[in-house]
Amino acid sequence: MLEKALVGSKKYWSWVGFLLVLIALGFGAYSRQLALGLTITGMSRDVSWGLYIAQFTFLVGVAASAVMVVLPYYLHNLKAFGRITIFGEFLAVAAVIMCLLFIVVDLGQPARLLNMLLYPTPRSILFWDMVVLTGYLLLNLIIGWNVLEVERNSVPPPAWLKSLIYLSIPWAVSIHTVTAFIYAGLPGRHYWLTSLLAARFLASAFAAGPALLILLLLLVRKWSRFDPGAEALEKLAQIVTYALVVSFFFIGLEFFTAFYSQIPDHRFSLQYLFAGLEGRGRLVPLMWSFVGLGLLALLLLLNPRTRRQETSLFLACAATVVSLWLEKGMGLVVAGFVPNSFGDVTEYFPTGLETVIALGIWAVGALVATFLFKLAVAVKEEAA
Amino acid sequence: MERKDFLKWSGICFLGLSLFSWLDRMTVSEAGAELATTTPTGQKRWALAIDVKKCWAAQEKGCRDCVLACHQGHNVPHLPEAKEEVKWIWLEPLGKVFPEEVMEFGGGKKQDRAVPVLCNHCENPPCVRVCPTQATFKSKDGLVVVDYHRCIGCRYCMAACPFGARSFNFQDPRPFLPTVNPDYPIRERGVVEKCNFCAERLAVDALPLCVEACRAGALAFGDLNEPASPVRKLLEKGLVLRRRAELGTGPKVFYVL
Repeated sequence: MLEKALVGSKKYWSWVGFLLVLIALGFGAYSRQLALGLTITGMSRDVSWGLYIAQFTFLVGVAASAVMVVLPYYLHNLKAFGRITIFGEFLAVAAVIMCLLFIVVDLGQPARLLNMLLYPTPRSILFWDMVVLTGYLLLNLIIGWNVLEVERNSVPPPAWLKSLIYLSIPWAVSIHTVTAFIYAGLPGRHYWLTSLLAARFLASAFAAGPALLILLLLLVRKWSRFDPGAEALEKLAQIVTYALVVSFFFIGLEFFTAFYSQIPDHRFSLQYLFAGLEGRGRLVPLMWSFVGLGLLALLLLLNPRTRRQETSLFLACAATVVSLWLEKGMGLVVAGFVPNSFGDVTEYFPTGLETVIALGIWAVGALVATFLFKLAVAVKEEAA
Repeated sequence: MERKDFLKWSGICFLGLSLFSWLDRMTVSEAGAELATTTPTGQKRWALAIDVKKCWAAQEKGCRDCVLACHQGHNVPHLPEAKEEVKWIWLEPLGKVFPEEVMEFGGGKKQDRAVPVLCNHCENPPCVRVCPTQATFKSKDGLVVVDYHRCIGCRYCMAACPFGARSFNFQDPRPFLPTVNPDYPIRERGVVEKCNFCAERLAVDALPLCVEACRAGALAFGDLNEPASPVRKLLEKGLVLRRRAELGTGPKVFYVL
């Protein structure tokens, strides 16, 4: 079945070529990082996690969002999703691969990665993150591959496959909960020390993930003979809408606790993000873009006419993804470290090399998604 | 038996055996419990008390003895950029060390006066809790130590520490060592480091470098379980503060005012 990904038009191969160039550049930049160390990044003693871990956090959310197509179809028989669950699962595979790569490039001693297996430490949340992410990757690979095989051979799915699919539903929720637990149990980081963090993570994941899936499906519809169907797209868009509303509501809740209680430790990080702290505020324009784009997305999504029209849906979903990426992929991680334990503000912004490495990993994910989606589309076109 | 059945059962047996070995490793508790400073005559709880007024008196003459002794003795590199600095013990204004105590009146100009800060070797250390490889571990006598060979440089411990006590080697530290002490290992890039309460000196019944170097005698080190120890004696002598005590980490560096 794999050979289907190796047959394609000129456009397909130029896209693959473009991704390979980005990957090569990323790899080159990473060799520099391997030679010199993490000094090539913008991270510091105070802001010791940056772009890499933030991308990992955002992408775990995208991976978890596969549950938003799987659950309605397998548990509630939403027929319209039958055609597209495979794309949700394959997107999850690409996302988890990117997560694992972002963790590896963030390590100071990547050659010692095996230490996590040689000295398993169940009290460390990072240990559980490794377990659930690897498990989820395997689950989605096995499920995706087999679902495609049964479709190709026009046979009903075997019972063991159904069991794995049911397992993937709580597992998806667990991967993003465990990722939130990395942050939400640290005593000195008050921006993250909120019981709401896992809920916030899931809400924004269930908005950004399906929004990204809609964007990809619209492209698939444009560039192939496979049509995901208007009903599937509409249902997905409704899910994005509700999840986006809940995300903004949750962020509003954080603002209330911080500013009504007026407790400095609760306020400072939000102040740094949205207004600047001690005259430093590099992330302020990014955070207000998050708000603006999010509101734009909400307006377009809440109105059924703009939600159903292809161009405005595309715009709304793009705005959703960018908005939530700004909040989670740029704001969340850095703000946890500002101010530091002594009340000082150290700013962070990724360096050029750091960005090239990150883009290289995004390109790997895009390549994996391209191959897997091509596979799925080819099987579906054949079956049609 | 068919070949595929043979392969299936061999695979299951192999997985099963690996699982047993893995479960075994997972049930080993505190790593590094054999650190040499465990004595046969009872458990030690190493702690440090700082006589702040004595320290201030010495600072009038620009004293930084503790910092210099520690950093020299442990080959702590001098990085030119503040963003990458590595520091095990340093001086920080009181108002930043105890921000909750900062007020408009009362205390005079004290919040600008500096006190030494270092790893608190907590009794309930969050850094140990989060380390995925147990490279950071707590010894039986209360030291929180980093195994530089096991550290994978994930920096989770740096996020977990509420005190900003840990530093990371963003690059190779060797070019930034003004002098080299051959008796203590030089670290490599990509690992985290911090004050270790001079575990290597305690192992040979010597005091930590900062305590020995302090010209004002402001640093009292010892075993909290020993009522006659210097640290216990100093703790009776005034108002005692610990950093961020409300977080429950159980810091063992005491500031006596």
